[in-house]
Amino acid sequence: MGLTLAEKVISEHIGREVKPGDIVVVPVDLAFVQDGTGPLTVEEFKDMDFKSLKAPKAVLFIDHASPSPRKELSNAQKVLREFAEEYHAILSDVGQGICHQIVAERYARPGDIIVGADSHTCTAGALGAFATGMGSTDLALAFGTGKVWLKVPSTVRFELEGNLHKGVTAKDVILKIIGDIGADGATYQAMEFDGEFVRQLSVESRLTISNMAVEAGAKTGIMPSDEKVKAYLDLYGRGSDFTEILPDKDAEYERIIKIDVSTIEPLVSLPHTVDNVRPVAEVKGLKIDQVFIGTCTNGRLEDLRLAASILKGKKKADHVRLIIQPASIDVYFKALKEGLMEIFLEAGAVVLPPGCGPCVGIHQGIPADGEKVLSTQNRNFKGRAGNPFAEIFLASPATAAASAVTGFLTDPREFL
Amino acid sequence: MIRGRVWKFGDDISTDHIAPGRYFHLRTNLPELAKHVLEDAREDFPKLVKPGDIIVAGRNFGLGSSREHAPRIIKLAGVSAVVAKSFARIFYRNAINIGLPLVETDAVDRISEGDVVEIDLESGRLKNLTTGEKYTFAPLPPFMMEVLKLGGIKEYIRKYGDYRI
Repeated sequence: MGLTLAEKVISEHIGREVKPGDIVVVPVDLAFVQDGTGPLTVEEFKDMDFKSLKAPKAVLFIDHASPSPRKELSNAQKVLREFAEEYHAILSDVGQGICHQIVAERYARPGDIIVGADSHTCTAGALGAFATGMGSTDLALAFGTGKVWLKVPSTVRFELEGNLHKGVTAKDVILKIIGDIGADGATYQAMEFDGEFVRQLSVESRLTISNMAVEAGAKTGIMPSDEKVKAYLDLYGRGSDFTEILPDKDAEYERIIKIDVSTIEPLVSLPHTVDNVRPVAEVKGLKIDQVFIGTCTNGRLEDLRLAASILKGKKKADHVRLIIQPASIDVYFKALKEGLMEIFLEAGAVVLPPGCGPCVGIHQGIPADGEKVLSTQNRNFKGRAGNPFAEIFLASPATAAASAVTGFLTDPREFL
Repeated sequence: MIRGRVWKFGDDISTDHIAPGRYFHLRTNLPELAKHVLEDAREDFPKLVKPGDIIVAGRNFGLGSSREHAPRIIKLAGVSAVVAKSFARIFYRNAINIGLPLVETDAVDRISEGDVVEIDLESGRLKNLTTGEKYTFAPLPPFMMEVLKLGGIKEYIRKYGDYRI
């Protein structure tokens, strides 16, 4: 019997064929934490009395509260810096950017097993890695033993065909999928994305789709690695990290779901669950108080270019606060050189340094009671933005930029 | 055997309900963070929950973030088990890893707030002592059961020095 992508990566790591439901111990290629989860990892690592790092690559990211807005967090971040120095781990400090973006740019390789103490670790699946989020203790053990235990997931395959209409993006595709199968539609499973549409899609857009696999409950959101992945790695001087990894033709899937993406229109997730998806056209006109364009879902160069194409020569609506945040320092530099920052500033935006920003509700844009936030992020749970009395709407960078101009939830096709 | 009084919750209780992001700065102070456990789902819960109480919830309990702080503060608040129709996978994994018992069963619909229930994890039996009704559920696979019985994955690794799978 053939293997799905997830089964193939796990099998290759332990030297025997696995099947869904097996509980296995696997060596990890990359293990990472961030400033929200890392301090507990450090505590547990020390409690276990580990003497050295056994993971081939261990990275500590300071991205969630970056730079720190309060002393408790400053002290927690200091713990991560000291750990990195003592154990020779890699530190990605303030200003570098969001862990998942940096992992894609610098570390993830096709065929890797990647564990991160952050639920959106599945993002790296777009490069053909088995990447999954875990807890702080898991990461302490991954750091200290180089291994984790896993239950091999069954796989749901998504075969995406067709072409997107103008104004519709990869974000709308993944919102459509989550709206269809529900926030627990792929719980304990691997989502495998493939098909003609995926193969012609840029890696940046693929990352947006894999990023949100966890919002359907999935363990990972994996894609085949192809020439586009090779070109992406080349761009970051990592062409030699490329290997081709494809699912077997006779692989066995839990389910196969076929979607013609040309039927998809701009979509929005309404509060307070990600699967509460509606066409923008059905709910347009809602007054928006804050628009946020950024995050590990949609803070890449392609996203900023799309937003800039709509914002160019225009001003945000007076009553809207427009916040834009590149996902990494690399994205920031490129956007700056292309003149995108000028467009944003002229439109009246606030540009934040690379990081998670207002998505995690700690700082840099916590909404007031009763306010509506339209964001390109991946999650709209009650309280997510730091105020349980605010509402969060999720959409693409195109929908977000168009709505920033009008001040009301707006179908971006009106601007294109 | 676990026995306790029931607190009922609905579907889709997220890690933001359990450990709200606005208390991010308390993540290095779990006893303080535990004073806010589940307050965005039920404001009075942190004040009224008693040691031994059991949470009974709907579908997809614990969805969202990987924050292990969520199961930890549920355990710190004294909750002896969480029973739900289904769990989000990272929460599920974290709970086993830190020794918080979980039960997955549709019997949730037959259990009301304030009922007293008794759970036998190893045999997969749940009894509602208030109504007298009995249910069965699939027990955990042996590896996960052992992790839970030892109190968590750290204790497991301490005992065996490595994984024994």
